[in-house]
Amino acid sequence: MSASASEGSSLRVLGVVKEFPSPDNANVRTLALAGVTVSVAAGELVSIVGPSGCGKSTLLRLIAGLDSPNSGELWIGDVPIIAPSAERGLVFQDPNLFPWLTVRRNIQAGLVARGVLQEKRHEVDEFLRLVGLDAFANAFPHHLSGGMSQRVALARALINHPKVLLLDEPLGALDAFTRMRMQDEVLRLWQARRTTMLLVTHDIDEAIYMSDRIVIMTPSPGRIERTISVAQDRPRQRSSPEFLRLRGEILELLHFAGNATRDRSTVSPGVSPDAADGSPGDDRKPPEQADPAMVKQNTQSGAVHSLREALSSRKNSTSLLRHSGLPPG
Amino acid sequence: MNTSVQETNEPVQMAEEKTARAVGINSPAAPRARVRTLLAIPVAASVALVVHLFVSKNQPAPETYSYSVFLGSILLSGVLAAAGQSFSSHLMRWMRHMGPIIAAAVSLACFWEVITSGLRLLPLPYFPGPAGVLQSLIDDRALLLDSAWNSLKLLLAGYALGVAVALVTGVCIGWFNQARYWGMPLLKVVGPIPATAWIPLAMVLSPSPRFSAIGIIALAVWFPVTMLTASGISNTRASYLDVARTLGAREPYLVLRVAIPAAMPSIFIGLFMGLGAAFLTLVVAETVGVKSGLGWYVAWKQGWAEYGKVYAALVIMAAFFSTIMTLLFKVRDRVLVWQKGVIKW
Ligand SMILES: Nc1ncnc2c1ncn2[C@@H]1O[C@H](COP(=O)(O)OP(=O)(O)OP(=O)(O)O)[C@@H](O)[C@H]1O
Ligand SMILES: [Mg+2]
Repeated sequence: MSASASEGSSLRVLGVVKEFPSPDNANVRTLALAGVTVSVAAGELVSIVGPSGCGKSTLLRLIAGLDSPNSGELWIGDVPIIAPSAERGLVFQDPNLFPWLTVRRNIQAGLVARGVLQEKRHEVDEFLRLVGLDAFANAFPHHLSGGMSQRVALARALINHPKVLLLDEPLGALDAFTRMRMQDEVLRLWQARRTTMLLVTHDIDEAIYMSDRIVIMTPSPGRIERTISVAQDRPRQRSSPEFLRLRGEILELLHFAGNATRDRSTVSPGVSPDAADGSPGDDRKPPEQADPAMVKQNTQSGAVHSLREALSSRKNSTSLLRHSGLPPG
Repeated sequence: MNTSVQETNEPVQMAEEKTARAVGINSPAAPRARVRTLLAIPVAASVALVVHLFVSKNQPAPETYSYSVFLGSILLSGVLAAAGQSFSSHLMRWMRHMGPIIAAAVSLACFWEVITSGLRLLPLPYFPGPAGVLQSLIDDRALLLDSAWNSLKLLLAGYALGVAVALVTGVCIGWFNQARYWGMPLLKVVGPIPATAWIPLAMVLSPSPRFSAIGIIALAVWFPVTMLTASGISNTRASYLDVARTLGAREPYLVLRVAIPAAMPSIFIGLFMGLGAAFLTLVVAETVGVKSGLGWYVAWKQGWAEYGKVYAALVIMAAFFSTIMTLLFKVRDRVLVWQKGVIKW
């Protein structure tokens, strides 16, 4: 785990097009991805944000090798992606735990599948502890909460030490505290191993907090609107001016994307509470795009917003969590 | 359970205690509902015993004797269980569950005795009373046990063979498209033919009737188990398979550790249906071909018009089949623990 060299490999997605037959008419095809090109360097952490239905999950499935594109190429290093492999771990949007296996057996499924359970058995306990579920090792998935299930799914993907880790909203069902703790855990793992990571999220703060670059996608048809680099040292402060400036920029891009498709409701609910952040008393400028409607939304969710702000303004949010009785990382 | 044991020791229960004394039960105070449950077996057995003694004045002595002893022992164990249940919570649970059912069974036997031996509403020798059946059971116990043993061997051999073949064919048809293309039509055409319809052919083909009976039972089991295994496998959620693939699983893992566990609930439905088909086929095969077993015994005794023995064999059959069914339920509960809470259990 202490390897300083990158365990990851570079990833290239070149002009990928993916169509699906439309559900009601087989002759009509919906264009889920219209020529997407991304490249991720070895050991880089890249986030994908974008409204619902813009093809984020579709892209991850293609990279995982579960589906094949209609045209375009996908490469891991200099090897083309043709089939799924344990080198590319995918944490699905739904946890999809095997209901007939206990938590422990779900986590060790990858070891069993690769036939390396004997040598790597000790890691199962490490990962159980990492996701804070050692007490539930022998529980069946049915008895877990949504957030616990997601943590098991994360551990299940991590145990294979994939070279590329694809995360489809892995922290979506977690509460704010656990979520921040898991963000730091994922970052810690990433920093220790330098796995290449592609993280789909609806939480713009999460994207800025974690990633080296943020890919912004827009729907109908799904394509990449812009890629933004985040050039801040980690751990990042969620209330730093640079952080807030980036958030404003991303929101503006998504906002226009929403307008372009005449369907602003597709911008996920996780986005709108953070819409504008002009909290008075802060010595920074409110973002330019804050239109009246969004400011109104913002005041409604003001309490949540400022709590999060307060938490994130601490340099190390985990130390705060430790005092609040949550299990330390 | 513990709470109700404590309740019984509390003085608040004085009224119930009086009731219990008044009825003449020598047990510690108990809530009223439980007194009724406790009394069910002794009362039913006493009534049955009185009816029996009254009805059987003109019956042969040995029959009367053994049936009286039988009812007497039920009465005695009912009283003992009622008295002993405050010492063992396990016994109490069992009594609470089984007491009313046993009492109902004894009452049914009593009713049967009234309409047969008592009022002679049903023609003899086709409808002997319970005492006669019990006596037949005792008289012919060696042959009955032997028949049951032979039936068991035949049943297990046929069922095991059928299930083993069906799991393989079911998994193949459910998983491989080629196997489905060729296997499904065969399954659809051959499967619905009742297995017993193959008996004439099987008797011609096979060297021994036992052999052909095993084959026929296996065929009867094969169809439902294959059908439900195949449908369970092909209904495996694609996302489970996707997850396994991204974890590095190859085809053997996908089949053995994802598709088969996912299909288990469906497979068990097939196993239960197959077991029912196996019972039916077993009895028919024994009746027409094999010269041993409970089915054969029934047919043979019917030929001699010994209906008491026919019913005795039916009683054994009921106990025998339901025990096997219960065992299969136990296996299912063990294998499908993970479903507890997912479905109405
Ligand atoms: N298997 C499929 N068959 C047909 N259409 C599909 C299929 N999978 C995805 N699509 C379509 O492709 C588009 C993109 O879907 P995708 O699941 O990638 O969106 P997403 O960006 O992950 O959205 P969300 O944020 O809600 O998860 C949608 O319009 C969807 O209807
Ligand atoms: Mg998605």
